[in-house]
Amino acid sequence: MKSALDNFDKAFENRIRLQIMSVLVANENYDFNSLKELLNATDGNLASHLKALEKEEYISVHKSFLGRKPNTTYAASDTGRKAFKMHLQALENLIKQQK
Amino acid sequence: MQEEDIYSELNSIRNLMERSAKFISLSGLSGILAGIYALVGAALGYYLVYGNSGGLDYRDYYVNDQAIIWQLFIVAIVVLALSLGTGIFLTVRKAKHKGEKVWNPSSRKLLVNMAIPLFTGGILVLIMLIRGYYGIIAPATLIFYGLALVAGSHYTFTDVKWLGIYEIVLGLFAACFPGFGIVFWTIGFGVLHIIYGSIMHYRYDR
Repeated sequence: MKSALDNFDKAFENRIRLQIMSVLVANENYDFNSLKELLNATDGNLASHLKALEKEEYISVHKSFLGRKPNTTYAASDTGRKAFKMHLQALENLIKQQK
Repeated sequence: MQEEDIYSELNSIRNLMERSAKFISLSGLSGILAGIYALVGAALGYYLVYGNSGGLDYRDYYVNDQAIIWQLFIVAIVVLALSLGTGIFLTVRKAKHKGEKVWNPSSRKLLVNMAIPLFTGGILVLIMLIRGYYGIIAPATLIFYGLALVAGSHYTFTDVKWLGIYEIVLGLFAACFPGFGIVFWTIGFGVLHIIYGSIMHYRYDR
């Protein structure tokens, strides 16, 4: 039981963070507004979780302008992809152990 | 964490990954309707060219009459416009129904990826039409449409890729049998669309 929990990533404890990571792993990159619509999150909430993931260096941030509007896109880093995979593996192991 | 919690967590992750990367609100019904429009258009085209005189046995016949060619062109444009209109309308409706945005990163990618082969093919066909190579229309439209579907299939249902491959194969056959263009065209845009649309409708729309 303990070994499975070891791989649980604290950064993914929050549901929205895990959701953000799933989207970024499945896509080359994703912009803030589309992410907001997809996850039904508020600006502040999403921004703070993105910050947290950025601090872990799980995602990279790319800021640019679309005309005059700022357009921020996010992409999963290699570290982030690895961590996401480990976390999923840990979830799977937990299921296996419970059987 | 309970086992069901983990399952639902994994499920929601999977769902989110798929939903974010693929546009899955394409309507199967619109495929069926597009196929029907194409069949009607082809029948009309056949009538315009052969009138009541011709049967399938008479094939040394090439269309050279400018008036008929423009009529055929108009029929084709009307079929295209109706198909696109129906497709857009039903897809928007389905997306609304599912609470998904129609205009999102995956639908954008889908359109951009399809637009490149589609416009290339469209322009090529127009150039060839102006230069008088009417024989290229059926194979080229089928091949480029097929290529567009294959290119777009990464951003929507994977089944679209197979429809694309069938269209390409059909287009290549059409190139081997000049004069039978309308037959291949009818199969490709009519029959295949109806079959594919029905499969999609039963598999995903219900």
